[in-house]
Amino acid sequence: MQQISKEKFQIVGVKATDAERISKPSLSFWKDVSIRFRKNKLAMFGIVLLIILIFMAIFGPYMTKFDYSTNDLMNTNKPPSSTHWFGTDDLGRDMFARTWQGARISLFIGVAAAIVDFIIGVTWGGIAGFKGGRVDEIMMRIADILYGVPYLLLVILLMVVLGANLTTMIIAMTITGWINMSRIVRGEVLSLKNQEYVLAARTLGANVTRIMGRHLIPNAMGSILVTMTLTIPSAIFTEAFLSFLGLGLTPPLASWGTMASDGLASLQYYPWRLFFPAILIALTIFAFNVIGDGLRDALDPRLRNKG
Amino acid sequence: MEKILEVKDLKVSFQVYGGEVQAVRGINFDLYKGETLAVVGESGSGKSVLNQTIMKLIPMPPGKITGGQILFHGQDIVKKTDKEMEKIRGKEISMIFQDPMTSLNPTMKVGHQIMEVLLKHQNMKSQQAKERAIELLRLVGIPMPEKRVNQYPHEFSGGMRQRAMIAIALAANPSLLIADEPTTALDVTIQAQILELMKDLQKKMDTSIIFITHDLGVVANVADRVAVMYAGQIVEIGTVDEIFYDPRHPYTWGLLASMPSLDSDHKSELAAIPGTPPDLTNPPKGDAFAARNQYAMAIDFEEEPPMFQISETHFAKTWLLHPDAPKVEPPEAVKRKMRKLSSTFDKPVLVKEGK
Amino acid sequence: MVKYISKRLLYMIVSLLLIITATFFLMRIAPGNPFTSEKKLPPEIEASLNEHYGLDKPWYVQYGDYLGRIVQWDFGPSFKYESRTVNDLINDGFPVSLALGLEAILFAVAVGIVLGVIAALRHNKWQDYTAMIVAVFGISVPSFIMATFLQYLFAIKLGLFPVARWETFSHTVLPALALGATPMAFIARLTRSSMLEVLSNDYIKTAKAKGLSRGAMIMKHTIRNALLPVVSYMGPLAAGIITGSFIIEKIFGIPGLGSHFVLSISNRDYTVIMGVTVFYSILLLVSILLVDIAYGLIDPRIKLAGGKKGE
Repeated sequence: MQQISKEKFQIVGVKATDAERISKPSLSFWKDVSIRFRKNKLAMFGIVLLIILIFMAIFGPYMTKFDYSTNDLMNTNKPPSSTHWFGTDDLGRDMFARTWQGARISLFIGVAAAIVDFIIGVTWGGIAGFKGGRVDEIMMRIADILYGVPYLLLVILLMVVLGANLTTMIIAMTITGWINMSRIVRGEVLSLKNQEYVLAARTLGANVTRIMGRHLIPNAMGSILVTMTLTIPSAIFTEAFLSFLGLGLTPPLASWGTMASDGLASLQYYPWRLFFPAILIALTIFAFNVIGDGLRDALDPRLRNKG
Repeated sequence: MEKILEVKDLKVSFQVYGGEVQAVRGINFDLYKGETLAVVGESGSGKSVLNQTIMKLIPMPPGKITGGQILFHGQDIVKKTDKEMEKIRGKEISMIFQDPMTSLNPTMKVGHQIMEVLLKHQNMKSQQAKERAIELLRLVGIPMPEKRVNQYPHEFSGGMRQRAMIAIALAANPSLLIADEPTTALDVTIQAQILELMKDLQKKMDTSIIFITHDLGVVANVADRVAVMYAGQIVEIGTVDEIFYDPRHPYTWGLLASMPSLDSDHKSELAAIPGTPPDLTNPPKGDAFAARNQYAMAIDFEEEPPMFQISETHFAKTWLLHPDAPKVEPPEAVKRKMRKLSSTFDKPVLVKEGK
Repeated sequence: MVKYISKRLLYMIVSLLLIITATFFLMRIAPGNPFTSEKKLPPEIEASLNEHYGLDKPWYVQYGDYLGRIVQWDFGPSFKYESRTVNDLINDGFPVSLALGLEAILFAVAVGIVLGVIAALRHNKWQDYTAMIVAVFGISVPSFIMATFLQYLFAIKLGLFPVARWETFSHTVLPALALGATPMAFIARLTRSSMLEVLSNDYIKTAKAKGLSRGAMIMKHTIRNALLPVVSYMGPLAAGIITGSFIIEKIFGIPGLGSHFVLSISNRDYTVIMGVTVFYSILLLVSILLVDIAYGLIDPRIKLAGGKKGE
């Protein structure tokens, strides 16, 4: 055996600092989420795409000298060129200006629908989950029954009756759209409510608002955020869908849906009129979907493999 | 006695986000026919990984056997392909898992899940296999097996599911059964029944058992020998008597001292082991247990201790057995039970590297 | 099980009642609707409407009559075309829509499951990434864009398939693909995630520990359990196919119920909108109920529980 000096065999005991030291640096929840999110290439691509889209929605209409609603009957249905970058439509309106004007409207519809869903859903689901018992029973039964109503059919019906404008469109989309959010919030609240640390906080005498504020909402925030992110593309899709049925916004207002719907009619001769809005609808939905997926995976690594 | 399993310097690691976790860091042990070896340790000590590696059930990747051999009846399992393993799993080596609630397929009849083993390994016809499945259910003490064989797992209680799992595990008369905390998820009364059943069946079938647990009470009840694991290594291994009455490793002392015992009329304090196990992405230098060891010496923080042999069957991996080490007193709770065992060598003997 | 079905049946009826009531009153407040008779209607239609809806009677009588007729499977007349009733439109168009819808469902389910299973079994390998990128695109590209793209490329430019109409099988290929693309992508993702979840279960480890081959383990223990969530997706799938058919039928000029419905929307043919909406709602709710019952029959855990899983 090799020689080991005798002093090495002095008992030194527990090195308290060592025993309790956690070798890996511990990360705060959201920091961890953001690290995981940034590792997801597809989601990061979605973020970049979305930033470009938002940037263009804000500044795009000012980049060209043409206005989105001015007719120019001398220059109708022109293909993309150095003057009209995305071509012109059947009234000679500049497609580039219209496309980014449309981006504003489509994004606005998406975000507005998500926010309305969020407000109603979180309130409804939060109350149902937190109160529990009969209140929960009744509130969720109402949601169940409304959930049974076919979503797009109801939206169509409402648009037929109310007439198409931005407000009615958002009303129609959110009238049953919030249910999903409320179910998710309720589920989160219910499961969190019975988790030991919340029970512990209750036994320690923390009051209800404090528990809600400190424990429930931050923990439910993850799923809420994911649901909101995924509501936006679905609303953008619904808008386009309604435009195709002739229930979209009326000119000169332009959304991607109405532009694509107009373009469809002349697909054989002027394909660019469909191409630009269609590609942008798909890209936007794509961006939000991958961001939503990435967010969900980052929030809950156990679910990494889901969908 | 016939040696059925020989594990030599086995090393297993997992590639994870943030590095490589060395879950098993050089393990040696033997297992004999008809013997029960208990593997004890805290969660995260690598005991489950070790045993899933023996069946090659660890997912690879991220898992990887980075060194060593597992000789089963003299053949190295490490080298075997998946196809070859299929003939060993369930037939030669089988396994019982911790949670009977999740280890049975919820959408398949219990009988069918037993029959699968028989159809695969015993070349039985379906009718014959079903009869055998009923027999097996009866053997593991499930009443009305003719009816139970056609039921789904959710119609079974937890204890009955674990019995069914045992029936599956023993269906092909394996020579080695690995039980991974088979009683942890069960009620105490059911635990005792399952342990009795396992002992009983072992006697009938002469199966060797590796019994993974963190419960020393269970160990005393079932095991012939005990291996104590810490941070991916076996720190002490010996017969039940040696481990309970003449433990030498300070970690084993800690485990024993933290075990509540009924007969303690002494107002003995339950001693907890301070701190938490080390992070195995960066195993500490020296003795992995040093940071939590109140008997730690300067050398423990510098150099990994070698294995010392205390008797024919008893080994411990601690510098305290070095001739230069000071004589230390184990904790009160452990000392009280200490006995002089006849087989103990006069002096611990250093085991040469590579044994 | 009986309790479960009757409970679900009750919800379904309440939901239906809600839809019927909503359509009835929404149509009453719609601008220029048949019930307010602001516009001068052709006398034949007015007579037919009067007969059907008893427009001279108070609204609650009209509502009661309307409910009664729906129970008798009578969805009323057209507000624009005197000779046609909504029932005519359904009898005429629905078989076509049904054929298209079934073809699309078949495509979505078959391709979606295969893609999802492959992706899960080749988890984090190139097959997985490819399948999931296909799926993300399938979800991101709305059906009408898919339809026009397919039509433009394969029919107009390449001439491989007919551009429009509904005559032979080759007429059905492009519309069915366009209609099935999004649900196919959803099913692929659902199958993949559910396969991965099942694969991480302890009982898969048990199956492996038994010495089952990978093939046997996947066939017997994984796919069956993994497809249960896919079965429960069939309800939303039916809804997606129905609403998708509106646009697809319009783009490909297919004489199905969807086309009739779209036409009635642009004509503001209120009674047809109303009747077809109610018909679709019944269809949808019944199919969702059937799917749920089927699910209960397939999953042995539900049989005895007598309630919804996880509640």
